[in-house]
Amino acid sequence: MSIETISLSGRKKEVSNKKMTFMESLYLVAIVKGLFITIRHLFTRKVTIKFPEETRELSPVYRGQHMLMRDEEGRERCTACGLCALSCPAEAITMKAAERKPEEKHLYREEKYAAIYEINMLRCIFCGLCEEACPKDAVYLTKSRVMVKSNTNREDFIFGKDKLVMPLDMAISNTKKPQMAK
Amino acid sequence: MNEAIIIEKGIFIVVIFAFTMLMAMYSTLAERKVAAWLQDRIGPNRAGPGGLLQPLADGLKLFSKEEFFPNTENKFLFVVGPAISMSTALMTSAVIPWGDKLHIFGRDIILQATDIDVAILYVFGVLSVGVYGIMIGGWASNNKFSLMSAMRAASQMISYEVAMGMSIIALVMMTQSLSLGEIAAGQPEWHWNVLYQPLGFIIFLVCSFAETNRTPFDLAECEAELIGGYHTEYSSMKMGFYLFAEYASMFISSTILAVLYFGAYNYPGMGWMQEHAGINIASAIGIAVLFAKLCFFIFFYMWVRWTVPRFRYDQLMRLGWKMLIPLSIANIVITGIVILIHDHKLIP
Repeated sequence: MSIETISLSGRKKEVSNKKMTFMESLYLVAIVKGLFITIRHLFTRKVTIKFPEETRELSPVYRGQHMLMRDEEGRERCTACGLCALSCPAEAITMKAAERKPEEKHLYREEKYAAIYEINMLRCIFCGLCEEACPKDAVYLTKSRVMVKSNTNREDFIFGKDKLVMPLDMAISNTKKPQMAK
Repeated sequence: MNEAIIIEKGIFIVVIFAFTMLMAMYSTLAERKVAAWLQDRIGPNRAGPGGLLQPLADGLKLFSKEEFFPNTENKFLFVVGPAISMSTALMTSAVIPWGDKLHIFGRDIILQATDIDVAILYVFGVLSVGVYGIMIGGWASNNKFSLMSAMRAASQMISYEVAMGMSIIALVMMTQSLSLGEIAAGQPEWHWNVLYQPLGFIIFLVCSFAETNRTPFDLAECEAELIGGYHTEYSSMKMGFYLFAEYASMFISSTILAVLYFGAYNYPGMGWMQEHAGINIASAIGIAVLFAKLCFFIFFYMWVRWTVPRFRYDQLMRLGWKMLIPLSIANIVITGIVILIHDHKLIP
């Protein structure tokens, strides 16, 4: 067996440079074949997603905008330990802690809470290390199911607690779940 | 009586002009839509319902662009180029029979701007002037790519005009007339010329692709080698004129294809309709039929564009001179023999 005939993959093809016949060099048959291939695509399903009206379905592990979680009683879980800021490779997170007053017991779960919690979305690389670092399960990137929208103003990319904390209606439905289980 | 005919023709010409413009406008949208559909996309759908206002948006955009003049000595020729392209593209529509006659206000109205005896020669004459639009534009741009593109366009158009004329000769031998009105009337019901001249039709079709500078013969504007070809230096509405002229000439050449080979406004059952539903209704259906036919050819132009890649320059010349011209001569000989046999009843 000579080296020319060996084909390890089984897909080896001889390249043919034979001269075209007159009919072939008119290209007509080939063009008609091609036309049938393209006309078939006229009737196939279109792959376009019309973005603002339709959105692509996010995967369950899609990391989008962060959410500061509330517990079953609607209290903020974050205790402002700063581990997320420490773990953040992009240094996008800053926070300022405050001590919980007795009348705020229904608002914050821990005795210390984040009075200011800001994420700079221009710095954030959505790696999810803050989520992994959090000992209180307070910050999640997979829960909000939204992407950070584009903007023309740099300052608007610093998201504070107003945008990050779990919205109340979501918290309410969250608190109802365990009660219904009871 | 004379005034009436002037008014009648005047109205008819304006209608045809507006219709050609409208078709050219919407051909640009159709092109993008067909391209998208053939590539499994949706195409423009933001401007208006289903993208219907897209041509207007495009036109508005072109209007608002800066009117740029390159550093050239021939400012006059630079403007004349697109004007010639546009006017030649529109002039051809004068001899096209858009339908059989209508009978309104007690008069027979022929749906043709002018039925000259040498309509086919006229069409060819105007078509060959069309190359000047590209030549002058490319020359006056003072840009080597534009000039190269213009040279390509000129040589391509000249070589394909030969084969085109030859394929028409066979048709004329059969129809015994150069008038488009008579050719159209000579294909009643389903006796369309394509059935008698299939080879001539294919040659004519290929050549009309070359004449309108459409893919696979769009070497004159191939972006990969020549930037934008002859309209590299053009901007604003002058650019728009070139683009528009391309679509207008595509519309006209689709119509000519339909008239010469696909029975123009004739359709099976036309005679029956004339007897039972009246001339006007039969003619109206005829106009619609012609419209459907030419729309098919416009679609075919686009369909081919998104199927066949551009020819190399030597392939283009070989196809024109060594394939199509011999074939069209053979077609003439065969047609001659068949006519001879048929006329002299050599075969019982």
